[in-house]
Amino acid sequence: MKEYKKYRKRLPLSLLEEVKEKTKDMPEARVNKILKEVHKEYRKAKVQAGESVGLVSAESLGEPGTQMTLNTFHFAGVAEMNVTVGLPRIIEILDGRKKIKTPMMEVYLKPPYNKGKDIKKLALSIKETLLKEVMSEISVDLANSSIEIILDKEKVKDIGATAGSIVKALEKQAKGTNVKKKEDTIIIKPKSKENHVAEAYKLKEKIKNIYIKGVKNIKQVLPVKRGNEFIIITSGSNLPEILEMKEVDTSRTVTNDIYEISRILGIEAARAVVINEVSKVIEAQGLNVDIRHIMLIADTMCFSGDLKGITRYGVVSEKASVLARASFETPIKHIINAALVGEVDELNSVVENVMLNQAVPVGTGLPGLVTKIK
Amino acid sequence: MAEEEKEKKETEEKQEEKTPEEEKKTEEASEEKKEKEEITFSTRDFIFKKVESLVFGVSSPQMIKKMASAKIVTPELYDKEGYPVDGGLMDIRMGVIDPGLRCKTCGSKLKECIGHFGYIELARPVVHINFVKVVMDVLRGTCKECGRVLIPKNKIEKYKKELDKVQGETGLEGRRDAIKSILSSLKTINKCPWCKSRQQKITLEKPTTFMENEKKISPVEVRSRLERIPDEDLEMFGLNPTSVRPEWMILTVMPIPPVTMRPSITLESGERSEDDLTHKLGDIVRINQRLFENINAGAPEIIIEDLWDLLQYHVTTFFNNSVAQLPPARHRSGQPLKTISERIKSKEGRIRHNLAGKRTNFSARTVISPDPMLKLNEVGVPRIVAMKLSIPETVTEWNMEYLKEFVKKGVSEYPGANYIVRPDGKKKRITEETQEQLLEEIQPGYIVERHLMDGDVALFNRQPSLHRMSMMCHRVRVLPYKTFRINPSVCHPYNADFDGDEMNLHIPQTEESRAEAETLMEIHTQLISPRYGLSVIGCIQDSISGNYLLTRGFSMTRDDAVSLLYNIGIDDMSRLPNKKEIDGKEIFSVILPEDFNFTGKSRGKDKEGKDDVIIRKGVLNQGVMDVNSLGEEKGLLLRSLHQRYGDKRTIDILGKIFMLGTKFLTNHGFTTSISDTDLPEKAELEVKAILDKAEDDVNNLINLFHQGKLETFPGRTMSETLELKILEILNKARNKTGDVVAEYLNKNTGSSIMSDSGSRGGPLNLAQMAACVGQQAMRGKRIEKGYLKRTLPHFKKGDLTSSSRGFIRDGFKYGLTPYEFFFGAITGRDSLMDTALRTPKSGYLYRRLANATQDEKVEYDQTVRDASRKIIQFKYGEDGVDVSKSENGIINVDRIIQNIK
Repeated sequence: MKEYKKYRKRLPLSLLEEVKEKTKDMPEARVNKILKEVHKEYRKAKVQAGESVGLVSAESLGEPGTQMTLNTFHFAGVAEMNVTVGLPRIIEILDGRKKIKTPMMEVYLKPPYNKGKDIKKLALSIKETLLKEVMSEISVDLANSSIEIILDKEKVKDIGATAGSIVKALEKQAKGTNVKKKEDTIIIKPKSKENHVAEAYKLKEKIKNIYIKGVKNIKQVLPVKRGNEFIIITSGSNLPEILEMKEVDTSRTVTNDIYEISRILGIEAARAVVINEVSKVIEAQGLNVDIRHIMLIADTMCFSGDLKGITRYGVVSEKASVLARASFETPIKHIINAALVGEVDELNSVVENVMLNQAVPVGTGLPGLVTKIK
Repeated sequence: MAEEEKEKKETEEKQEEKTPEEEKKTEEASEEKKEKEEITFSTRDFIFKKVESLVFGVSSPQMIKKMASAKIVTPELYDKEGYPVDGGLMDIRMGVIDPGLRCKTCGSKLKECIGHFGYIELARPVVHINFVKVVMDVLRGTCKECGRVLIPKNKIEKYKKELDKVQGETGLEGRRDAIKSILSSLKTINKCPWCKSRQQKITLEKPTTFMENEKKISPVEVRSRLERIPDEDLEMFGLNPTSVRPEWMILTVMPIPPVTMRPSITLESGERSEDDLTHKLGDIVRINQRLFENINAGAPEIIIEDLWDLLQYHVTTFFNNSVAQLPPARHRSGQPLKTISERIKSKEGRIRHNLAGKRTNFSARTVISPDPMLKLNEVGVPRIVAMKLSIPETVTEWNMEYLKEFVKKGVSEYPGANYIVRPDGKKKRITEETQEQLLEEIQPGYIVERHLMDGDVALFNRQPSLHRMSMMCHRVRVLPYKTFRINPSVCHPYNADFDGDEMNLHIPQTEESRAEAETLMEIHTQLISPRYGLSVIGCIQDSISGNYLLTRGFSMTRDDAVSLLYNIGIDDMSRLPNKKEIDGKEIFSVILPEDFNFTGKSRGKDKEGKDDVIIRKGVLNQGVMDVNSLGEEKGLLLRSLHQRYGDKRTIDILGKIFMLGTKFLTNHGFTTSISDTDLPEKAELEVKAILDKAEDDVNNLINLFHQGKLETFPGRTMSETLELKILEILNKARNKTGDVVAEYLNKNTGSSIMSDSGSRGGPLNLAQMAACVGQQAMRGKRIEKGYLKRTLPHFKKGDLTSSSRGFIRDGFKYGLTPYEFFFGAITGRDSLMDTALRTPKSGYLYRRLANATQDEKVEYDQTVRDASRKIIQFKYGEDGVDVSKSENGIINVDRIIQNIK
């Protein structure tokens, strides 16, 4: 009998599966021998207790940082649609920023829609459209101090809207005005009795940016073929609204805005995205960093349940030791606060013990001696 | 600030107090050492005590007085004889900084006395600048009459819970913000819910004045209000009543830091120059005295107020001299004083500079240079350095004669010794006069500090120390001349080259440190990078070229082969086939272990178009050795050797492979020259045709563009489309020229060999030399910057042709036109700029990462936890595999399957 079961608890699942797959057609005796050998090598390769994995991960990510490019943007197809890459992107991810420089989404679609039929139309319907993009003319009627808008019919049709729906959108958003439709023009008149021309001009600028259709914050859309299906890449991100669309495959659609992910999909999803995004950058730079290091950093950012950046306000502020916090940044603040609550530094981590000339409780500094020295 | 500093010291002292016997012992010992020239500590003098924890808190006035050993009353420092005045700021009760004097408190001399605090009684209370915010919050949140917190009785419990929760989530700052918002939500009651007295709005006039209804509240009043607040209400504000009372934040007495903390320096002229802190304290004491006198003399209120404000200013700047609203106190020269906050803060401050960073003796630094004849784990140490650095060896019965030899040679002859340490810790330098006497005196128990010798353990380091391989343990090899020598193969982990790089050498002084260095840091333990699980050390440059040439199909006579192998340290020739003409592959195989199997791919294809490397039973059957097998960061052959035979054997084999390559190349001869990149005329014409065609294509596109007939890419403007298309055409053209070069170039020239073996340069570099340098790109685009609508005055405005936008048509060998050269310079400068901007950014990122993760370690249950024992990962990396023990991050199942039949 092939002894896969015996090793179920002794080997990591992924490794066991790999062995299973690769030894499918082999005779029993050889498989068992292989399993034994794999187990032996796995045990040899296991981490030792006390290993300072945190610092090793920091080194593994920090050292190649010096080799990364600073080229901020990389063009992803459409004009204006660029992605932050290289070191700036890594910094952005690890900072845990709430607003990232170039938010992007990859919208996967459910089967009937991902075949490429009408993909352009679908893409355009996602895109956030402002009034100024669908009108051909806007002017202020000085006599009535009202605003006249002439729509560009073709563009209106492109985004799948009608003049009626635009009027409705205007009515809803431009408060304190009367919106009327007269043939091809839409006339907007402020409700206030005094006819201030200046008011009208102000209103005109406001109205230009009124949101008509699509998903908010989606600035650009680009349908692309990925494998044998079509997906939509967007610049700008709005996960909750996109996920609500019936055409969208909710299980695969992602954004690169980690904060948004953590808000909408939870912390585990955010951790996965941190790992993916960091690996993506590192791979693009042609560097070789093991996934375990990225995982550990991602876990450090996420383990508290909230997304925390590697900054003095994030992860570092959570450190138990006063001296460790003080040695990072803003020492005075930390010492004062520690004094106010009568904090006790138990000297459990590295820097504090370096400061006091004591063995650090990591690696070989961890185990004590049974023999009494003096 | 002083409070915390003190607290720190105090706890440390407390710890030391636990061992009074020991302390006495050391004191007695120091008494005995009266006339000895040098005091050193040998291992037996160490006090093995561990600080278990540090407690932070704010000192009460009583505490300040209690721990002070002197009351300071006069701003004078020294009397006429230059002796410190009693009750002055340099009072010797607070420690000594002059040789010859004794501390009045502890009786010890300079460098033995750690200093003692003093205090001054302030004539009027002043506010401590660093606590102003807290005082403000507390004042606003409590009743001015009864001192209770302004929250109704029935709601206190509820809010307390809420606040504790907030503090757990966001820390102290969060709690302060939370209580503020709670209070403001209750602000509608401007009446104290406890005693019904009216409350007034309190504001802070920065930096230190509290105002109520436009009227100043004096610190005296503030203090009395704070005193009224009961302990249980303090908890609402996140203050811990066991360690803090808010009234302590208004100073009535002030601690004076010990003299040892602010030593004065004597200038060459014999004049004394006082420390910044002493200056500031002098100001405080002076004003304080004046204030006292004026109060006692019954001076008008205005004068007293003025002096009080001045005192407040001096106390404030004593703690923090960079308060935004105050002019910083300055030296006479105009440069701002460095007071307590400035001493602690920033990279040059106490914490990061002195506490987290240590200095060390027994270290050396000099320029490095290569020496391929050294072993991989050796470092060549210049003899002069070896004669300065020393290793302490304890004399026993068995090594006495051996160690005496060193003493006989003395300081100036190698290998000699520099010092002898007697069992009582007294250190004697060996000189011509003392030599004889010391020789006789030596007996077991003495320590001889002998010169560095071959085989000693040393740590070797190059900054920036970005990863753990930046500091490794080497074996010393004492050599002539004045540079450190290393084997060029270990350059990579240090990221060193020999264009003037300097490196540091440290000599561990105890058995423990040497053992640790050997087992944890020696080169062979660092072979596999923890970053990606492949060898960081491999063959480089000549050794790759050499092995490549050797295994590519070179053969030599048996005599030559034997001599070559003998040269690299192999004396067992039994594995060399017994025939006249021996193939290079067979010579290489001699180095490999006899039962070694390996399958890999080589970088290029051989004549039959195969790129497999097959080693069976320790014999290289097929394929050539190149970077893919031997190189650093790739070196798959090295990785499997390591997996199979362990680190020491791998290092040994690697060293031999390296030597084989270089030795072979030395005998064989190797050169590169300009004619390496000569192309036959046919190829030249092909290159020209390709480039001409590309230029025509570009011109056609430009014409189409000007006529407006260019088909645009979706979502792009026409000019963007044009740029993209041009870039594509030009890049393709350059690649095509590369193919032509690769096809026609002589495979046996030095340049080709280097490119093919991967030892230096690639096909791209060859193509750039022989045919065409190619498009110079900036930020992913062609060069656009420069003059109005053109890059250089050589071109017409609006010229979009390839040559005007940075396409370098010529090859390096042919030479560049002036504008082509200029374009090259543009991109060159851009990349320099990039590097210069990137270094500090990535450095900061690294610092943050290191600080955030330094306390994360694997526990005995395989979980990863931080210092507060919170679980970060349940199993490291989800499978518990150490990357530096894996093969590129995985357990190599394929190899295992292959090896088990």
